[in-house]
Amino acid sequence: MASQIDIEADTTVDARGAACPGPLMDLIGKMRDVESGAVVRLLSDNEQSLGDVPEWAEEAGNELLEVVEGDGHHEFYVEKS
Amino acid sequence: MSEHIVILGGGTGGSVLANDLAERLGTELEAGEVRVTVLNDGPDHVYKPVWLYVPFGLREPEDARRPLADLIDNRVDVREERVTEIDADAKELACRDSHRPIEYDHLVIATGSTLAPETIPGLEAGGHDYYSESGAEALREELLSFDAGHLVLSVVGSPHMCPAAPLEFTFMADDWLRERGLREDVEITYTYPIGRVHGNPHIAEWARPIFEERDISAETFFNAESVDPEAGTITSMEGTELDYDLLVSIPPHRGVDVVEAAGLGENGWVDVDKHTLEAETAADVYAMGDAATTGVPKAGSVAHYQAGVLAQRLASRIRGRPATATYDGKTLCFIETGMDAASFVEFDYETPPSPAPPSEKLHWSKLAYNESYWLTARGLL
Repeated sequence: MASQIDIEADTTVDARGAACPGPLMDLIGKMRDVESGAVVRLLSDNEQSLGDVPEWAEEAGNELLEVVEGDGHHEFYVEKS
Repeated sequence: MSEHIVILGGGTGGSVLANDLAERLGTELEAGEVRVTVLNDGPDHVYKPVWLYVPFGLREPEDARRPLADLIDNRVDVREERVTEIDADAKELACRDSHRPIEYDHLVIATGSTLAPETIPGLEAGGHDYYSESGAEALREELLSFDAGHLVLSVVGSPHMCPAAPLEFTFMADDWLRERGLREDVEITYTYPIGRVHGNPHIAEWARPIFEERDISAETFFNAESVDPEAGTITSMEGTELDYDLLVSIPPHRGVDVVEAAGLGENGWVDVDKHTLEAETAADVYAMGDAATTGVPKAGSVAHYQAGVLAQRLASRIRGRPATATYDGKTLCFIETGMDAASFVEFDYETPPSPAPPSEKLHWSKLAYNESYWLTARGLL
């Protein structure tokens, strides 16, 4: 799935299996640790992430570069501003 | 040779499990075929929900403490030990104060949550909390003399213990200040890391109108980045800055370092199968309660129900039978909505919560349960 896009993530957060709001909180936790300009890839199989993650990224001023929706899970690529 | 079950942690989960095993495996314990040991890093069992009431002067910290040895069945060996290393390959535990490692056949990790306020600059100096004994006592001193200004309740860390407690504190503070005729002089703001006032959307939907009715401001998508104690400000990653006169935070939480060092999971939480509670990266290791990443709240009721499941699974293992008991995510929680009313939720992995209408009866049910909790810890309720 990731091979379909041309974005290289600096780090990946695998939140598959986590109940809401776990995936978003895992992403936020990782974003605290990385430097500005870093790209974090979030893996989530929680449907709510499709709303939560874009909404937070916009609120926090980070750029949601890509969302790859899959059958088993979704991938979100977020760049820290 | 006897099989040795070691329970790491004497909180709600560890205590209920130890007492359940003592009953369930009574014959094997008496015959010396099995040993059950609880290792705890202090002499007391601590019932943390009492701390919610301490800042309001309703309970004392000592109400939350009882000697662990008084609560655990005599057939269980209770030892005060600080475990410094888990070697899941050798199946042994190193301890700070003893030279010989403790060997186990089955290990249950019930080490709970710890607080990590130091991860947010300024939070320790600038904020108060009721998620620790010392924090609750210090907050009581502040709150009892607080009669005007801006009270900010900020949920900094998630996951955290008792997901309802931030709402409860906020609603109780509102009601308590009203009863004392001070509410008009106090502004209350509640902050939450995601885009609603609670992690669970059903509880958030239920709580949101109460904020409006009570004139409590809510700042969502607020992930605290730093606190400036001198200026009295808290700033979020999202760029919002709030002035405060009294900051009450839910500090970031972690599990324990030995779990992470043993490769059992990140941040001190053990990665487990959410139904069997077996660790994903080690054989014959289980985790329960706050220490286990099951996706359900870090709450006493969860640990209580998981203890029953683990006791059945361990007894089956000891007796050479297939372990069939599984945890279904069952969680119960009372939610105080003021000083004289509470709601109640019950949910599991499949069924979402539906908060009951707040009532005085539910408030007294919560207080009655808190009193009878000691029967739960002893495995009787």
